[in-house]
This record gives sequence, structure tokens and C-alpha cells, in this order.
Amino acid sequence: MKKEEPEPIVVTNLVKKFKDQTVLDGLNFQVNKGEILVIMGGSGCGKSTLLRLLIGAMRPTSGRIEMLGTDLALLDGEGLDALRKKTGILFQSGALFNSLTVGENIALPLKEHTELSADVIGIMVKMKLEMVGLRDFEHLKPSEISGGMKKRVGLARAMALDPQIMFYDEPSAGLDPIASAMIDELMMDLNKKTGVTSIVVTHDMGSAFKIAHRMILLFRGRAVAEGTPAEIRASADPLVRQFVNGLPDGPIPLRVSRKDYAEDLLEPGPERF
Amino acid sequence: MENISGELGSRFYRGLRYVGGIGWLFTDTLSFIFVAPFSRRKLRVRGAPVFEQMARVGFSSLGIVCLVQFFIGIVIALQLANLLKTFGIREYVGSVVGLGMFRELGPLMTAVVMAGYAGAAISAELGTMAVSEEIEALRALAISPVRYLVVPRVIAAALMIPCVTMIGDFVGVLGGMGIAWGVLKIAPALFIQKMLMTLHTSDVFIGIFKSWVFALLIALIACFEGLRVDSGAEGVGRAATRSVVYSIVMIISADCFFTALFHIILKH
Repeated sequence: MKKEEPEPIVVTNLVKKFKDQTVLDGLNFQVNKGEILVIMGGSGCGKSTLLRLLIGAMRPTSGRIEMLGTDLALLDGEGLDALRKKTGILFQSGALFNSLTVGENIALPLKEHTELSADVIGIMVKMKLEMVGLRDFEHLKPSEISGGMKKRVGLARAMALDPQIMFYDEPSAGLDPIASAMIDELMMDLNKKTGVTSIVVTHDMGSAFKIAHRMILLFRGRAVAEGTPAEIRASADPLVRQFVNGLPDGPIPLRVSRKDYAEDLLEPGPERF
Repeated sequence: MENISGELGSRFYRGLRYVGGIGWLFTDTLSFIFVAPFSRRKLRVRGAPVFEQMARVGFSSLGIVCLVQFFIGIVIALQLANLLKTFGIREYVGSVVGLGMFRELGPLMTAVVMAGYAGAAISAELGTMAVSEEIEALRALAISPVRYLVVPRVIAAALMIPCVTMIGDFVGVLGGMGIAWGVLKIAPALFIQKMLMTLHTSDVFIGIFKSWVFALLIALIACFEGLRVDSGAEGVGRAATRSVVYSIVMIISADCFFTALFHIILKH
């Protein structure tokens, strides 16, 4: 039976390989409208790659990403741009344009993609800044504000075109606990008020459990666990337990070298001199 | 032997890909300038960033270009003075300086200075933007980095570098004229008379045309190098260096090509 409105994101059998290294290995999941899905995983598990695939910055090796009812692989540059106007992304560093002021940063997508007059754009910029609590900072350059503020401005910019889907790349990375909590609060607030579907990629467990409606744990390019925060917390899976509790050893090994240690030590090295 | 040919082959292939990449960037830039404004997507190139880049490319570099050209004018006049004296055609120094400046050394030296001055700045700026995810942020906002960043820079370079070249040409001639007057005792009037006798309008236009091509090469190579930076501070430095070196190589290759081409065309 065909649904009336397609799910915002459906990922089917997604595989991404870099040369002979498989980063994502048959990933399946979907995101429901209006929910906050947190994708967790250790460093190098393919989180960032997944995010890049979702925003169309890379093409998958195989598999399918359906976003707002269209297959990403079928889109050309123009189609991809149309889709990007309906999605927003908060980059890990905020990725503000350093040559523009805070206000100009937020005004840029409005100037480029709408026919609004300068006055209306000015009002919208103020509204977006008020939304993230930074109305007084409109005329400062990104270099003059703190890391937490940059992310909030980045969030205001990403929300400028009122997207239907928001992506967050490690929203709490590099922030102090208070700034991090503010970002969490903003993400939840935005989700509640605007109903924006949110995908958050993070390894910050505190933040993840606070904001998530549903969570996915990635390991070696596969989704090894999926469920609500309560289900994940109650999981008996040793892998999930190790990750959630931050244990140094377990199914995810401390040592990741593939070669045998003794063999590696005794192997004649290349002539150095 | 197999190794050498393999290495040569792979180098040749990489070189071809590089030129292909520049060509692609060029066609993309052209399509944003000439096609996109009339398409239904109404992708405009705004005036303000173009003017900003024109000021950066043009005005700030004017002083250094004039200084270099002034010295070049002096060098040509001094170098040729003795030679011309031997043949007893001392007064023709005006012809040599004029032709040399307007047609050959003016465009070439300005382009070399601009490759270091504007080219390195552009590639370092775009490279830094690439490293700090700004380029990716532009793409995520559905703003083409080519339209937003490359097009204003290419337009600014294509408009301003020929202008700077022309001003530099005059300053160079002034340098040569000063030497002719002070050292060779040739009055400025005679200098100018001889210069105008040999220098055709076509020479001046060929000079402008060459400088325009050099400008495109400088801007395109700098933008191309800047946009493809992918690794930190080291990558930015490498991009700036490469953009200067490749620009100079391409400028001199293009100059060689055009000199040969016009030599053949004008002979017929």
C-alpha cells in the first residue's frame, strides 16, 4: 500500500567503499517524520561518511538513499540543489563564512534562494538569531564569537530556509558542558516547534540519551542496535553495553592492529640508511 | 625501462587530468556567466563581490606592477643601448622599448607578478575555506562554490589584469624613456616619435589579448588549486605554491604559443 507522504529518509543496503576498505557495509534504516534519530558509533565507524552520503556530498558504492521520496542517485546537480534547500546541516565546526558577519551568514541563503527584499531578510535574520538567543551579535565576525556561539549561528543559518530535515554533525564536539547543553536544548526546541526531522551524529552519550527519540549504534559499517533510548539502555548486547557505558575493552577491542605483535617486531624493516 | 615509461605515462595522465580539470572549471564558469542568468533558475552573479574582487586584484597590485615594469623598461633600454650604438641606430631605442613593453614583456611580467600576488592569495583563501568546511557549507546551502567564489574572481581578474598591464606598460616605457634621455641623450620627443613609428595598434591589442588570457589562466589555476585542498594547513601552503608555479609555467607556455601563432598569422 502506498503511503500518502513518504518517509523523510529511507536508507536501503547502503555500501560505501574507499578503494579496498569497506566503510559502510549494507546499512538499513529509516527516519520517521518529525523524530530525532541519533546515530552513534566510535571514531572511524563510518558516521561522518554516512552523513556525507546523506547530504549528497558523496555517492554510495551501492545501495539506495531515498530522501523526501526521491532517490538521491537519480538526481542531477539541479535536483540535488532543490533537495538541499529543504535540508539543513550543522557542521562540526559551525562552518561559518569567516569573511561575512554573523548576520550576513544567515542572510546568505535567503538572498540566494528567495526573492525577499533586503528589509524582510533583515527581519528574518533577527528572528533566526533570536531563535538561538544571539540577536545582539548580528554585526560581529565569526572570529569574534566563541565556539558555542558559532554553532548556534550555524544552526540559525541552517534553519534559515525552514528545512524539513536537519542534520547535525557532532553537535557537542569541542564545547563545554554548558554550551553543549544549550545546543541540545535548541535542537529539541526546534524539533518541537517546527517539527523538523533531525538526524544527529554523535558519540556524546549524555547528549544522545537526552535528545533522541530513537537511536542507532553503528559498528564496522553496520547498524548493530536500534531502538528508543530506554531500549538501548536496557540492552544486554555486550557491544551496546560497552559503548553506552564507555568501557575501554570489550567486543570493540582496545588494540586494533591486524598483524601479530611478535611477527611485526621481528619482521625485517626496510633499509633505512 | 618499463618503470620509466610507466612513470612517464602516469605523469602525462595526471597532467592531462589537471588540464581537464581546469577546462571543466572554465566551462562551468562560462556557463554561470553567460548561460545561467538567462535560464529559468535565474542564477545571478552579483555585482558586489565582483567589485570587491576587482579592488583586491587591481588596485592593491598596481604599485608593485608599476615598480617592476619601470625597472623592466630601464633594463631593456640599458641592455640594448650599446648594441644599437654599434649599429649607429641609437635613436631606435624608443622602438625597442615600446614594442618590448607593449607586446611582450609588459603582459608577461605583469602576469608573473599577478600570479604571485593575486594567484597565491586566491588559492590560499579558497584553500582555507575548504579546510574549514566553508566550501562544503556552501554546497549544503545549494550555493555553487563556482558561482559564488570562482566566477567573481575570474571576472575580476579578466577585467583588471589587462588594465593593470596597460598602466604598467606606460610606466615601463617611462622608465625606458628616462634612461634614453639621461644616459643615451635621446630626447623624449624623438623617443616617442620612433616608438610610434614601429608600434602598431595591432601590437597593443595583441598585448592586451595575451594579458587577458594570462589573467584567465591565473584566476582559474588559483581557484582550481584552492578548491581541491583537502588536508589542513599543509594543503593550503601546497596549493598556494602550486598555483604560483603552475600559473607561471602556463603563462610562459601560452606566451610561447601565441608568439608563434601571431608570427605565422602576421607573416601572411
